[in-house]
Amino acid sequence: MSEIIQQFQQTIASAQAEKRALRIRGGGSKDFYAVRLDGDVIDTRAYSGIVEYEPTELVFTARAGTPLRDVEATLAEQGQMLAFEPPHFGTEATFGGCIAAGFSGPRRAYLGSARDFVLGVRLLNSAGEDLRFGGQVMKNVAGYDLSRLLTGSFGTLGLILEASVKVLPIPETEQTLRLEMNETQAIETMNRCAGQPLPLSATCFVDKSLYIRLSGAASAVAAAQKHLGGEPVDSGPFWQSVREHTHPFFAETQAQWRLSIKSTTAPLDLGPTLIEWNGSLRWISGDGELDTINGSARNCGGYATLFRRAGEADAIQRLQPGMLALQRKIKQAMDPAGIFGPRRLHDGF
Amino acid sequence: MGKPDDFPAETVKPLISKAELVERLLAVLPTESLLHDREELKPFECDGLSAYRQIPLAVALPETEGQIRAVLKICHEGRVPVVFRGAGTGLSGGALPYEHGLLLGLSKLKRILEVDPQARMARVQPGVRNAAISEAAAPHGLYYAPDPSSQIACSIGGNVAENSGGVHCLKYGLTVNNIMKVRFVTIDGELLEIGSDGLDSPGYDLLALITGSEGLLGVVTEITVKLLPSPVKAQVVLAAFDDVAKAGQAVADIIGARIIPAGLEMMDKKATGAVEQFIGAGYPLDAAAILLCESDGTEEEVASEVARMTEVLKAAGATQVRVSSNEAERLKFWAGRKSAFPAVGRILPDYFCMDGTIPRKQLPKVLKRISELEETFNLQCANVFHAGDGNLHPLIMFDANDEDQLHRAEKYGAAILELCVEVGGTITGEHGVGIEKINQMCVQFRTAELNTFHAIKHVFDEHGLLNPGKAVPTLQRCAEFGAMHVHRGEEKFPDLPRF
Ligand SMILES: Cc1cc2nc3c(=O)[nH]c(=O)nc-3n(C[C@H](O)[C@H](O)[C@H](O)COP(=O)(O)OP(=O)(O)OC[C@H]3O[C@@H](n4cnc5c(N)ncnc54)[C@H](O)[C@@H]3O)c2cc1C
Repeated sequence: MSEIIQQFQQTIASAQAEKRALRIRGGGSKDFYAVRLDGDVIDTRAYSGIVEYEPTELVFTARAGTPLRDVEATLAEQGQMLAFEPPHFGTEATFGGCIAAGFSGPRRAYLGSARDFVLGVRLLNSAGEDLRFGGQVMKNVAGYDLSRLLTGSFGTLGLILEASVKVLPIPETEQTLRLEMNETQAIETMNRCAGQPLPLSATCFVDKSLYIRLSGAASAVAAAQKHLGGEPVDSGPFWQSVREHTHPFFAETQAQWRLSIKSTTAPLDLGPTLIEWNGSLRWISGDGELDTINGSARNCGGYATLFRRAGEADAIQRLQPGMLALQRKIKQAMDPAGIFGPRRLHDGF
Repeated sequence: MGKPDDFPAETVKPLISKAELVERLLAVLPTESLLHDREELKPFECDGLSAYRQIPLAVALPETEGQIRAVLKICHEGRVPVVFRGAGTGLSGGALPYEHGLLLGLSKLKRILEVDPQARMARVQPGVRNAAISEAAAPHGLYYAPDPSSQIACSIGGNVAENSGGVHCLKYGLTVNNIMKVRFVTIDGELLEIGSDGLDSPGYDLLALITGSEGLLGVVTEITVKLLPSPVKAQVVLAAFDDVAKAGQAVADIIGARIIPAGLEMMDKKATGAVEQFIGAGYPLDAAAILLCESDGTEEEVASEVARMTEVLKAAGATQVRVSSNEAERLKFWAGRKSAFPAVGRILPDYFCMDGTIPRKQLPKVLKRISELEETFNLQCANVFHAGDGNLHPLIMFDANDEDQLHRAEKYGAAILELCVEVGGTITGEHGVGIEKINQMCVQFRTAELNTFHAIKHVFDEHGLLNPGKAVPTLQRCAEFGAMHVHRGEEKFPDLPRF
């Protein structure tokens, strides 16, 4: 494996020397998420395999190129899971890409996001240096938290060689309930339920129905089911379709907007909507201008992302000027020559 | 008593005199918000790491964010080092002042600005006590999860700066997992909003970056925290073991049985002995170690989990297993754990509370080594331990008036931290590096890694005015300290017989 690291280092060194851009890529399943995809590909898939996994430590460490489905299968054999339910968006998704993208699925609002579960990373920086931040222990506050800074950085700060994450047991029982109601009622219900001690693990509003997933001890799930009512539905396929965007809601549209906002925000009326995470995540389909939609999201305490689109775009997110300047400086601190994924996330850097 | 031998603080020299600084600060602060007489400054000379003391140049106690920004601008222009202080309960010297620096205290910003029960969040000022948030949320059936043992005193701003944890963080996470947004002022007085009212924010995750940054990147002036529904029920199982290794194995067995306890704490015989004398929590005194294993949730969840916990603990060889039969008994069991530090503090006047975190499987080996080191350094050490997280708190007892004892205690602490790194762990799980563990940073990190930290620091504070010399050592310091970087999981001299 060290030869592969050396190859990566050589590629980085020559890119530095020639001021050439590099695009760090696993299976390419998140290629759609970019302002631009510039640079020669470094394919991380050669650097693959599990480094360390001891179920009773609740810590899992693997190399970037490890297929995400293999990671999940290995964990499942031990009755454990990636509790942030990362969307794969394709069979080729890798573990490194999952961390670099930082996406989280339906369970996120209840157990935490990708960055919440990341414990440590091993990184090749833009000088080709092999660095380690964080570690394989549950708590670690030595030095700045670069592992979490790198989570969701889409390969623009460095090449994540390995990552360690906290894993959790798969719940004993899961049950999904469907309740018919309108969007306003659904938002109200999701927030009310989230404020009660119920074993919730996912919520979704789509097609005039609120879906609630309960997870935990069988007796607790049964009690909550009795309390909530509704019609039981098959858990697996529904949440899989929400997580992977294979649900019909995601099929018909040119542009897909992702709004991360305050959970209690009333219906936004911006177009067909699928709601997750107690109301704090709204998927909206339809055309629109980034500034307009982001403006609506900002009024609700959050922001918008142009998550998928058909054609070109000069931006997928808008940052406030002070924040943009700071983020640019962080990029420059980590990658002074700007070789990693230029303009992947923002026009200009 | 005094400073660590080689306190690195005084490297930054202000461009302006104390008189000038005071004059400029008085232009932006009410008179009563600026202390500069020696007598008034005395209470600020140390934080929870009381073995180290230094009277600051002056203390500013602003009442508003606007005043904070103005104060920082003045310090920035005058190149005056600044140390922020919340409640001063930090255990690593993060709030230890500088002779030529300003101490900026947040104690006057202690308002809870908003509790939003529907959206389950609260917006608070940095000087608000951790426990006050849960108190304000309680009428709505909500609470703020991270619960450091110091929660009745420590401030939420300090919690963010240290990324504090508590006994419930295995299940509910640390500060970083429970905050949504902060207002943050950098040394040049610029105000930023980091995070959002949603569950994430665009661009790099700066909320994570500043959480745990120990006052080196800027000051947190407002925090929006997540609130969780209060569990209907909680019960704690107390298990006694005649052998520390068995207790350690029991912890692994609990996790192996797919249980994530709300809290999972261990105390050794010295710690339980100290606690029993202090408050009488009802701990069995003949046990080599006890575990406190808590379940919380709905009635059904707790009933099912407690039954499973009891079964696993018995199978792991517990000599005694007791389940709290009511809330009063549960609180009594916890009271012992929560008063472990002061209880130990009564045995000798000072203690160093170490904070290394290790892979749990290394626990028996590490505890054995810690007890062997008691003899080497001729000092006593009691162990309390967030067992579920692998976070150790060895309490090294000494008398700081005795120079030699202080010196030995420092060495003992350093040896424990280096041991933690050697077995694949870290020098600090939740208390921060501060000044206390600055040398051990050279053991845990290599040059290129430290350079990355310095590059990040430079982005926020190019003149190095915020908490200079703390948390991240200079390369020069590491060279002087002469530490050998211990690569995680690899032992220094693998061929030598070990403990
Ligand atoms: C008896 C006892 C028990 C403890 N138990 C625990 C425990 O269980 N878990 C745990 O994690 N810790 C524990 N601690 C340590 C301590 O309480 C925490 O680190 C706490 O978060 C510090 O808060 P504070 O307000 O006292 O901060 P201070 O000590 O005042 O400051 C700590 C650091 O934060 C910086 N800072 C403070 N406020 C701000 C701000 N607004 N913006 C930017 N920087 C700021 C300071 O510069 C300093 O570097 C314990 C301490 C004691 C004395």
